[in-house]
Amino acid sequence: MIGKGIHIEGLKKRYGSGETAVDALKNVDMQVAPGEVVGLIGPSGSGKSTLLKALGAVIEPTGGRMTLGGKVIYDNGWKVKDLRALRRDKIGFMFQAPYLIPFLDVTDNVALLPMLAGIPNAEARKRAVDLFKALDVEPRAKAMPSQLSGGEQQRVAIARGLINRPPVILADEPTAPLDSERALAVIRILNDMARQYQTAIIIVTHDEKILPTFKRIYHIRDGVTYEEAGEGREF
Amino acid sequence: MISLAGRDIMHAWGKFVFTGVGLGLLIGVTLSMAGIYRGMVDDGKALLDNSGADLWVVQQNTLGPYAEPSSIYDDAWRGIRAMPGVAQTANVTYLTMQVRQGERDVRSMVTGVTAGEPGTPGWPPYLVAGRQITRSHYEAVADIATGFKLGDRLQIRRNHYTVVGLTRRMVSSGGDPMVFIPLKDAQEAQFLKDNDAILQQRRRTTANPNFNRPQVPGLLEAIIASQSTNAYVNAVLVQVEAGHDAEEVAQSIRRWKRLTVYTRSQMEEILVGKLIATAAKQIFMFLVILSVVSSAIVAFIIYTLTLGKIREIAVLKLIGTKNRTIVALIMQQSIALGVIGFVVGKITATLLMEPIFPKYVLLEPLDSVIGFGAVVVICILSSIIAIRAALKVDPAVAIGG
Repeated sequence: MIGKGIHIEGLKKRYGSGETAVDALKNVDMQVAPGEVVGLIGPSGSGKSTLLKALGAVIEPTGGRMTLGGKVIYDNGWKVKDLRALRRDKIGFMFQAPYLIPFLDVTDNVALLPMLAGIPNAEARKRAVDLFKALDVEPRAKAMPSQLSGGEQQRVAIARGLINRPPVILADEPTAPLDSERALAVIRILNDMARQYQTAIIIVTHDEKILPTFKRIYHIRDGVTYEEAGEGREF
Repeated sequence: MISLAGRDIMHAWGKFVFTGVGLGLLIGVTLSMAGIYRGMVDDGKALLDNSGADLWVVQQNTLGPYAEPSSIYDDAWRGIRAMPGVAQTANVTYLTMQVRQGERDVRSMVTGVTAGEPGTPGWPPYLVAGRQITRSHYEAVADIATGFKLGDRLQIRRNHYTVVGLTRRMVSSGGDPMVFIPLKDAQEAQFLKDNDAILQQRRRTTANPNFNRPQVPGLLEAIIASQSTNAYVNAVLVQVEAGHDAEEVAQSIRRWKRLTVYTRSQMEEILVGKLIATAAKQIFMFLVILSVVSSAIVAFIIYTLTLGKIREIAVLKLIGTKNRTIVALIMQQSIALGVIGFVVGKITATLLMEPIFPKYVLLEPLDSVIGFGAVVVICILSSIIAIRAALKVDPAVAIGG
C-alpha cells in the first residue's frame, strides 16, 4: 500500500543512447515514511546525485514509478504538468553549501518560497520568523547571508527547505562543511522537523559523523539501491 | 512579491551606479549629438524668423542667399515694392567672414541692412543692449555670441565700426553670430579691392583702347567709376500685406521680374533639407553608432551580471521560481541601468556639454522623452542575450553531482 512520504519502485535513468549509453540508475527502490529521516550513501559515480535530481523533478527518469506525499508524480512518464510548482510546494531542498540568495536578507531568503506560491509577503515573513524561533536564528532575521556563520547559514537553508511544509526534503550532504558538533546539531534539527511536520527526509552523505544517527540507510552502487538497518543512535 | 531586481541593485548599488554613470556619459554624448542637430535646425529657423521676411527674392535659378551666392541689382526692390500684395521690401547682403576686434577675430555673418526703423526686414528684431543703427556708415549691431561689447571697435575689411547695440540668437544657418552694418558699407565690404588691385585695374582700363577713347570725353572716367562701385545686393526681403497669399505674390514677382522667389516654407526646405542635410546625416550616423555601442555595452554588462548569478538563478529555478520572475529580474536590472544612465546622461548633456559646445545645442523635451523611450527599448533588447543565458541554466546546477 502506498501512503504519504516517498515511494520509489524500479526507477531507471539512462544517459545517452546506443553504445555510449550509461545506466546511472538501474533499479532503485526506496520507501521513506512521513517523519522518517534516512541516509543515502554510495561511492562517487554510484548514482546518488542522479537519484536526487530525479526525485527533485529536475531530470526525467527513463522508467519506474515515484510517489511523493501520496501523489504519483512519475509512472513511466511525468504525471505532473507543472514541475516547478511541484518542486516549490512538495519538495524542500538542502545543499552541501547553503546557497542562500546573497542579495536577500535572511527572512526574505526563506519567505521567498511562500511568496512565489502566492502567499502575501507579511504572512510569508511571519512563517519564516516562526521557523527561525525553532531553529534559533531569530536574532539574525534581518542579517544578510554574508553576515552569518556557516552553521547559521545552514540553519537558514533548513528553514528555507521547510517553509512550505513540503512532504519531502532532499538534502545533499548538508553537514559536509560543518564540524562534528554543528553537523549533529543540524541532523537533530532535521529529525525534530521531520517528526513535527511529518516530513520524509533523504540525506545524501559521506559524513561518517552522522551515519550512526540513521535508523535506516540506503546504499547505492552502480545504480542499484540496497537497504540496511542503521544504528539509530540517540544524540 | 518582493522585487528581486531591486534587492540585487541595492545589495551592490555602488557597482551598479558606477556602471550606470559610465553608461550615462555615453548617453550624454548621444543626447548632445541630437541637441547639436536640433540646434542647427533651430539656427536655420532663427535666421529666417529674425529676417522678418515673408519672401526672399534672389538671383534667377539660384538657391540664394543662404545656400548659394546670389546677386541682384540694388534697385530691384523698387519694382517689387510696387507689386500688388507687397507691404515692405528691403535690400540685404550676407557675407561670412572674420571680423577683427583688437587682437582677435571672430567668424561672423556680416549682414548689410537697409536704412529704416525697427521692423524693417533684415533688421535685428530686438536688442538686449544699446540701440539700433542710426547712421549710414560705420555703426554695427552684434550678436552677443560674438563676445563684442558696446563701444568695441570692429574692423571689417579696411573700415572700422563701433558696436552700438547687442542682440541675441541672431545666427547664420552655420551657427556663426551675425554683425549688422549699414547696407552701403556691406556692399562695399563684399566687393572692396585693395589699393594695389584698384590701381592695377585702372591702369588696365586706361590701356584698353576700347575704353580710353579721346574722341568720347568722360567715357574712361565713367567706366572707372562703375568699376569701383557695387550696385548689387544678395537678396530683397519682402513682407506681404495682410490678407494676401505669399505664394500668389511670389508667383507674380517671378512672372514679372524674372527673379527667383522663395516663400518661408521653401526657404526652410532649402536650409534644413539642403544646406544642413549632409551635417544632419553625419550626426544621424553618429547617433546610430552611439546607440549600437550603448546597446552592446548594456548587453555586455547585463550578461556579465547574469553570469555572476548563475548559481543563484539555478537555486531560484530549483525552488520553483517561474521563468517570468527570472526574466523580470534581468530585464528590470537592465532597465534600471538604462534609467540611471539616462538621468546621468541628461544631466551631463544639460549641465556639462551644452555650455561648452561652441555651437548651439538645443535639448528639446520631446527629444528627451524619445531618448528615454529609446534607452528603455535598447535596454530591453540588450537584456535578451542575458535572459537567454539565464533561461538555459539547468536547476540541476544547484544540486551539483
